[in-house]
Parts: sequence; structure tokens; C-alpha cells
Amino acid sequence: MNAGARLIAVDPRRTSSAEWADLWLGLDVGSDIALANAMGREIIAAGLQHQAFIDRATNGFAAYRAKVESYTLDFAERETGIPADAIREAAHAFATADRAMICWTLGITEHHNAVDNVLALIDLALLTGHVGRYGSGLNPLRGQNNVQGGGDMGALPDRLPGFQHVENDALRAKFDAAWGIPVPPKSGWHLSGMFDAMERGDLQALYVIGENPVQSEADQKRAKHLLSTRDFMVVQDIFLTATAELADVVLPAAAAWAESDGTVTNSERRVQRVRKAIDPPGEARDDLAIIFDLARQMGHDWGAPDPEAVWNELRTLSSVHAGMSYARLDSEGGLQWPCYDESHPGELFLHSRLWEDPVPGHRVPFVAVDHDPPVDKLDDDFPVRLTTGRRLDSYNTGVQSGGYTSPLRRGESLDISPEDAATYDLTDGERVRVVSRRGQVEAPIRVDPSLRPGLTFMTMHFQDEVAVNLLTIDATDPKSGTAEFKATAIRIEKLERPVPA
Amino acid sequence: MDLHVVAPLASPAERDAVDAVLSPLIGPPASGWHGGLRDSAIDGHIARGGHEARSHRDLLLPALHGVQARIGFISQPALAYVCRRLSVPPAEAYGVATFYALFATTPRPPIVAHVCDDIACRLVGAEELCNDLERSLGPAGEPTRDGRATWLRSPCLGQCERAPAALFTNAGESPATFAVAPIDAAGIARRFELAASPTTATDPAQRSAVDPAPPAAPPTPDERLASARASVPQAGAPALRLLRRIGQVDPTSLDDYRVHGGYLALARALELGAERVIEEVTTARLVGRGGAAFPTGRKWAAVAAQTVRPHYLVCNADESEPGTFKDRALLEDDPFALVEAMTIAGFATGAELGYLYVRGEYPLAEARLAGAIAQARSAGLLGSDVLGSGVTFDIEIRRGAGAYICGEETALFESIEGKRGEPRNKPPFPVEVGLFGKPTTVNNVETLANIPAIVLDGGVAFAAIGTEGSTGPKLFCLSGNVERPGVYEVPFGVTLGGLLQLAGGVTGGRAIQAILLGGAAGVFVGPDALDTPLTFEGTRAIEATLGSGVVMVFDETADLVGALRRIAAFFRDESCGQCVPCRVGAVRQEEILARLAIGRPRGSPADELALLRDVGQAMRDASICGLGQTASSAIESAFRQPGMISL
Repeated sequence: MNAGARLIAVDPRRTSSAEWADLWLGLDVGSDIALANAMGREIIAAGLQHQAFIDRATNGFAAYRAKVESYTLDFAERETGIPADAIREAAHAFATADRAMICWTLGITEHHNAVDNVLALIDLALLTGHVGRYGSGLNPLRGQNNVQGGGDMGALPDRLPGFQHVENDALRAKFDAAWGIPVPPKSGWHLSGMFDAMERGDLQALYVIGENPVQSEADQKRAKHLLSTRDFMVVQDIFLTATAELADVVLPAAAAWAESDGTVTNSERRVQRVRKAIDPPGEARDDLAIIFDLARQMGHDWGAPDPEAVWNELRTLSSVHAGMSYARLDSEGGLQWPCYDESHPGELFLHSRLWEDPVPGHRVPFVAVDHDPPVDKLDDDFPVRLTTGRRLDSYNTGVQSGGYTSPLRRGESLDISPEDAATYDLTDGERVRVVSRRGQVEAPIRVDPSLRPGLTFMTMHFQDEVAVNLLTIDATDPKSGTAEFKATAIRIEKLERPVPA
Repeated sequence: MDLHVVAPLASPAERDAVDAVLSPLIGPPASGWHGGLRDSAIDGHIARGGHEARSHRDLLLPALHGVQARIGFISQPALAYVCRRLSVPPAEAYGVATFYALFATTPRPPIVAHVCDDIACRLVGAEELCNDLERSLGPAGEPTRDGRATWLRSPCLGQCERAPAALFTNAGESPATFAVAPIDAAGIARRFELAASPTTATDPAQRSAVDPAPPAAPPTPDERLASARASVPQAGAPALRLLRRIGQVDPTSLDDYRVHGGYLALARALELGAERVIEEVTTARLVGRGGAAFPTGRKWAAVAAQTVRPHYLVCNADESEPGTFKDRALLEDDPFALVEAMTIAGFATGAELGYLYVRGEYPLAEARLAGAIAQARSAGLLGSDVLGSGVTFDIEIRRGAGAYICGEETALFESIEGKRGEPRNKPPFPVEVGLFGKPTTVNNVETLANIPAIVLDGGVAFAAIGTEGSTGPKLFCLSGNVERPGVYEVPFGVTLGGLLQLAGGVTGGRAIQAILLGGAAGVFVGPDALDTPLTFEGTRAIEATLGSGVVMVFDETADLVGALRRIAAFFRDESCGQCVPCRVGAVRQEEILARLAIGRPRGSPADELALLRDVGQAMRDASICGLGQTASSAIESAFRQPGMISL
């Protein structure tokens, strides 16, 4: 941005990023598709779509065009709250830019229709040809240094390492052969699926590694009940989390940073080495050593744990990682996949094939989707929208950040607009009761002008003081398994002041 | 960086102070996010900002000046309002506000006397004046009995020929800033009373030669001329070139300027064309008069050749070197000449906008220049069609706020851009990457003052003045223990002794102890240097410098050690703090001098002097700008002269 790039921020709240943006569009929570489709319609109406790209590299455009036809600017203004002319401005700016990219994080994905939200954005990129070229593209920004790496390594219910689908017999056979055992041929459950399975009684034993679902899951009452009623639960973590407190066995683990050797993969698919600098404290052990010991107990002796050997095994099974030797990762400071062999430099961006003529391989489909407002509807009893998120100096449930002080940390609060504070006769810092259809918590309010009337905000950083996820809904996108943390209907109740004696 | 503004709302007076500066330039607040009234129906769903909103960062200093002048200090709510208006993160704006000495960020009385206690004023009783003030008004920084005023010690105010001097800043609905010199404690007390009485309107452009009776009405033209002549003892002499109009021409009248030959040079320059003008400047072998002596023609040619647009011109009128006041005389008493010279320079180098950065302690100069620019603009001498030639050029004034470092050219750019005045690393040099990252010509006032004559008479004629290595006339600032202090113009080559004679010699015929050449960043020489010709090559031969033209005389009775300690304190205070060698070295240097002065050296005095040289060498080697590189120059030079300093 210092070099002149323009930023359009789309966020219900006027965040710090939005303050830096050339244009901030403060849409109502859960109206992302209404906005994206209206932008698509406007781009087509103005003739700004990249027709040559659409004709050569995509299919399904006619259906998309028909779908977005009803998403007029006026309709979008009603659904999103954003003035129509600003939507038009954003659409034209995106379509006419030489290079443009769409970046997003949980504001798009923590919804009951998360996948549809993403598809609507992909449609915009296809419509304008802003994909597969340097400086353009679609970027889901990762919240941790190695979320990408987790997925790459197959920590997904339907994928083997390198995103190879587990239900593809040919791909699975490769792993069967390498590992000398048959890999289960069916996709597993994602997180929300596991909770449903627990509820049905189909899932009784859990092995939880580096996750604190007791505090991070939506509808916390239900989550805690299910986790505390399993037959057997093992938790492997670097801290004794609230989930670990419920476990039958706790395996203290070394931190992946500074206490372990290995690799991480960041948002731009760049694999980098991490190196052990210090010994872990107490009885904590490297994840790899723990897993190797478990395997030995189960009758499989894998020898001595060696991160490089594990990595090299991956390189034989995942072609996109094949060229990434430790020696290259060390000398080149990291490599971006795909990297097919030791002479391959790695790819700066994906999907460049879409610009070849003719396009090799399959064309990319437009997938037309419809606006579908949040499940937790606003009504007279629950008239206020609560959206949850993070603050700069805290991390998720606070397991990793709560132990450190920060001059910015003010503890949990219900952030509300100055107008609502006046409406409810509340002063900054006053404690209130926040009630949703699932539960209630008490918290102090913080008056925040980045919010408008009817919109409130909380984090999940201070679960021990304010269990925000008692309020949130576990309405889940069936395709991604992500719950709608971003949209809860609440009401705010003023607490009785003690009567002065 | 976080733009989150958390301060309470600014008061109506604070908002007015900011809007009075900003609204004429960028309009009223565009939305609740930019300081306007919040309309949550609109502001809750949309905001425009970003690059466009941040593009007015250069108005940060003017806005802060507005608050300081109206409110008397920059409160947190006022600062927050400025931040909203300009989309500047509060932490950054606070960093800027605290960088400049003329801005206060804590409450203080509205009337402030900044009393110069620097080296020139010390020679004529500044310490005694400060002692008097402590007795009569209380310690520096403490409010007076009625709480309406206070006094502060100040570095050099550039009024050395009329020392001792004070600068008054009166905040309020009709703010006033003016310098008074010479002045005594009674005069300061009298000014406090006058300023505190609501019926007295104070003319910002007033300047009294003799206090304590301030003029009741604005000065008449004759009074203006008399005042000018007091600063330039040679005024009216026929041989003068740079100073020929001083004391002769009404500095507030464009017509009078034209009667005295004004604007002939601009017409001639437009006739010659840009390339020819640069050729003449190159032929003249004019070099910069700000201290660095860089060839002006080469600088202009380098900027003119840059294909990147726009080009900028910057006139460095941030004359802050202690003992320097030559530019002030030109700015105050011949302002149209600078406007004309800047127009020629802008035309020659392809700049359509020039910035005139005048030091905050020169309110009269600023007022006169603003008047001159306005008159030139309405006469078609600035604007989109200069003299009907189709050439575009205009000038914006930017006012410093009390920071010596901003005389360094890249620190000056930073200051114009609304930032802390911290010098940049070079290269890239300003001719390639200067103001706002664009090719920029930056010239000192006196350098530009030579331009009209070069254009009219030709480079060859100019080069015939002075010596082979130093062409043209030169201004010198004589101050301290001389009979007739003031700005003097001589051709390069006149000896130091000859210059002193011109000023009537040492006050009372006393013996010379030392002469400081070039200011606090300069070099002390002894009486043996009187035969030195005042040229770049002549001073170089005796390991001295002309610097900014300071010639400050210390007679046999002067407290030279006290002067050295004041110089050390000056650099400690003025170091921007960016480079460690300068930030730490300036403190160490002051400490060494203090230990020596009170007779408690660590080890022997010789050990301390070795340490002093070592610290000086580190600052010279490792500071990125001239401040750190010269912070030990004068001090070390004094110890180098045999017998000059006796401890």
C-alpha cells in the first residue's frame, strides 16, 4: 500500500485495516453474497467482465449471469446496508484494475454458508480474470504460521498429504504400498461432524492435539457436555488447556517453535524450516517422539524419530513437495509448492495454466450461489447482532497469549456503538447481561465508534472470565464444517444497580 | 499503526483552531470518520479514506501550529482531532508534536517569552538577563503570579546583532508571535502585562529596536527602513549587491521593489530560457551559501535533467545556526527579491511549486514573505502564467517549529512532509529523490539572492567578483564583542581582520580572545588568523570553515568555557536522536566539558581531552548527517588552539 496499492475493506466493523482502506464497505453481518453477486451483476451490466478469459478458461458463465441478474444495486443496498453507489464504485475499481486480489479470513468462512461465500468471491475473480496472474488472485489468509501446512500434510478428513483425495483408489494405493497397510478408504469426519457423532454415540474416544475445543467451539454448553462424557480422551498440548483438564491422559508436548525441528508452511504456500533452539521444559516431548512411541506401543517400530526422514517420505508421496529437500529449504530460505523436482524453483502463484491457449486440463466452473442470511435471526426478543473475532494482542482462546501481559489488553467486553450505549442507558465499562437463544454471559460494555447501532462485538480470548461461546450458534456449513461464529442474535439486559443504602 | 483515536472530543475552540487552517485547503470534514458529526446511518456503512485522506499529511505541522497559536499547547483531544482530519495515527502525530521545541504538549500559560541564552546573546549579558528574570518572574518554565505567562530559555533566535533577544508567543483568539531585541527583564515583564491586557492588539509584524516602550501603532515605512538599516550597517553603500535594497526599499511594496530594479531578472530569465539560465549559473561558479558550498549550477542541471515529474524547489530559510542572521535580513527587508529568485530557479529546474521553509522564530520574515507572495500572485508574477509567459510557478510557505536539525536538507523535507525532522540517508540525493520522493532543488536564501544578478549581468561578470576559488559577494554575520554588529557584504577574499575593521573592531578596543567562524558547527580561530582571506580555500587552509558566514568575536573578557558548554548543550538538545553516535556522543561531550569546567576530570585533563577527541571522531565517522558530523567541531577546535582554553 505504501507503493500505491488501493485497498477496499469489506467488514461489518470499521477495523484498523478498514481505517487504512481507500474505501470501507460496512456490510451487515452475513450479507457477503448479496454484495459479491451485486458486484458481479454490475460488472456485467457495465461490460467490464473479461470476456476472452471467460470464454477460454471457464464454463457456467451463462448460469452465473442469470443467477446474479436479480442482485440489483438497490437489492444489495437493502441487504447489506451499503449505499448502492459505493457498491458500484467497488465493482468498477475491482474490474478495471490491472491487478487485483481478494484476501479474506474468518469473516467469510465462519458462516453457515461459508463455502458459498468463497464461491461467490471465486466467481468475481473468474469474471474479471483476476486469477492465475502475478499480482492477482484469491488469498485466504491463514491465522497461524502453519495452518496451510496442516492441510498440506493431510490433516483434513478427506485428504491424504498433498491434498490427494482419500476416496481416489489410485492415489490411496500409493500410500497403501508405501506404508504397508491399507489406508481406510472413506472420508472421515470434520470437527462439527465429530460433535454430531459424539451426540449420536458413534464417537467415544478422542485424541486431541493442539486444540482447545472446550472453549473454541460454538455453543459451548453442548461442546463441554459432549467432551466430558466420552469413554476416553487423550489431549496432547503445550499447555494444560481447559480441554486437557477433562482428559483421561495428558501428553505434554514441546512447542513447534524453538523446541522442535521441522517445517512450517505459510499462507503463500512457502515451506520453511524451523529449528530447535532449546530443550522443552519438564516432561514435555516433541510431537514426533510421542507419536513414534504410540506407534511402537501399537506394534509398529518406526525407529528413531527424525523430522527430515519424515519429510523425505512425504516428498516421495506428494509430488508438489518432491523438489523440496532440507538442503534447498535451508539454502533458498523456503520454497513455494508446487515444486516437482530439485531443479524446480517453486511457483510464485497458482493457476497460470488458465492463461494458456488452449487451456490445458479442465476449465474452471462458475458456481452461482444465492444470498442466505444468518441462521440466528434477529427478532424482538433478540434484536441485536453479535459478531465475534480477535484482537491484535490476543490469540484465540488465550491459551498461548493469556500468559503474557500486553498494554493493549483490556479483558473481555461487549463492544457496542455509542448510539446503542445511549439507547440502553449504559456507560462505558458498565456490566450487562448478554443473552442469546442458547445461553447468557455477563460482561462490561466498551463503547466503540467502529460499530453502528444494532451491531456488537466480542472475542473469545478470555473464556475463563466471559465464555462467549455459550452464546454462539453451532449452525454449521455442511460442506466445510465451520460454525457460524460471526452471526449471533442477542439482547442486552441492563443489570440492576444495587440500591444505595 | 493504529488509527484508533481514543481521546475525548476536542473543544469547539480546538476544532476551530484546526479547521481555520485545514478547511480552506481541504474543505470541511467529509464524514464522521474525518472529524465531522457522526451520522451512523451513513458512517456506519461506508467511509472513504486511504491514500486520498493520507495525502494531506504535509498539513500536519500547519495544523499543529494552528492549535499551538490558539490554545497555547497541543492537547490530546486537539491532537486527536487533527489526526481524524488528516488520517494520521495519533502515535505518529504525537511523535511529531513532541519533536519541535515551539510545540508544547502539556498545558502552559498562553504568553511565553523564549529568551535567548545562546552564545551570541551570552556575550552581551544573556545570563545576567536570565538571572534577573529568575529573581523577578520566577524560574524558567514556572507560570508568573497571574498564571498568564512564563519564560523559557531558548537557543539562538537569529537576532544576534541586537542581542540579547526574546521571542514572544502569545496564544489566544488573536495570537501573536514577535521577536524583541535588545530586551531586558523589565521589558519582558512589560510585554507580559501588555499581552495579558485584552485591549492591546499586538501586531505580529512589529519589531522594536529599543524596549521597553513598544510601538502603539504598526511601524511606518520610515520606521521599517530605519530598523533595516540598524541590522545592516552598510545599508545604502553604493557597492552593495545582495544588500543594495536593504533599508532603501519598502519591503511591503511590490511597486517599490520594481522601482528598485525588481523583476527585471525574471523577465530576462524567461527570455533566455531555462537551459541558458542554468549555463549562466554554472559559469558564475556560484556555490551554496548554506554551509556545504555545493555548485548551484550542477545541482540545477541535475534536477532539470530528471524525467520524473513533478520537480520541486525548496528554499531553505530555516536559518538556525547559532550566530547566523544574514538570511533574516534578506527575508525581512527584501522579500520580493527571494520570491523573484525562487521563480527563476523554479523556471530553470522545471519546478511548478516551490516551498519556502522559514524558521518558526522568524515571524516578521514569514509575514513579509506571505505579503510578497500574495502581491506577486495577484500581479501575475506567480501562478499559472508567470509574466504572461505560460510558465507555471507558485510558492507555499511552511513554517518551522523550533528544530535546528530541519536546516539539514532532508530533515527539512521530512518536516514539510509533516514528519519528525529526521535526516534521510543519502544517496539517493535530493536531486533524484527529494521532497515527496521527487527530484528537488534545495537552495539556501543567500544562494538564491545571487541569482537575479547572475541572470542580469551574466555568469562571467559574477565570476569576476571574489577570488578564483570563491566567486561572488558573500554575507557575513558579525556578532559578539564588535563595535557595529550586523550583516556585512564583502566580495570573497577580504581578510578576517578587514571584515572586523568594517564593523568598527572589537568593542571598546579590547583584545581578541577568539573568533568563532561558521557558528556552533564551525571552528574557533585565534587573533593570529586575522590575515586569513575569507574564502572557501583560505579558511580551509587554516582548518576552519566559512559555514553559514558567522563571525562571532569573543574579547579577552569573554567566558569561552561557558560558550563551549553552551555549544555542547545546544547539540545535545538539537540532536534528532536517530543515530546513536550523535545522540549519545552529544551527551558524553557535554559531560566531559562539565567535568573539566568544574575541575573534576576523570583521570587527568589530558585523559578527558583524549576522550573528547575520541567521541568527536565517532560522531564524525558514524552520524548520517552534518549535525552529528560537526557537533564536536567548534569544541575540539578551541582545545586545538594553543592556550585558547585554560582550565
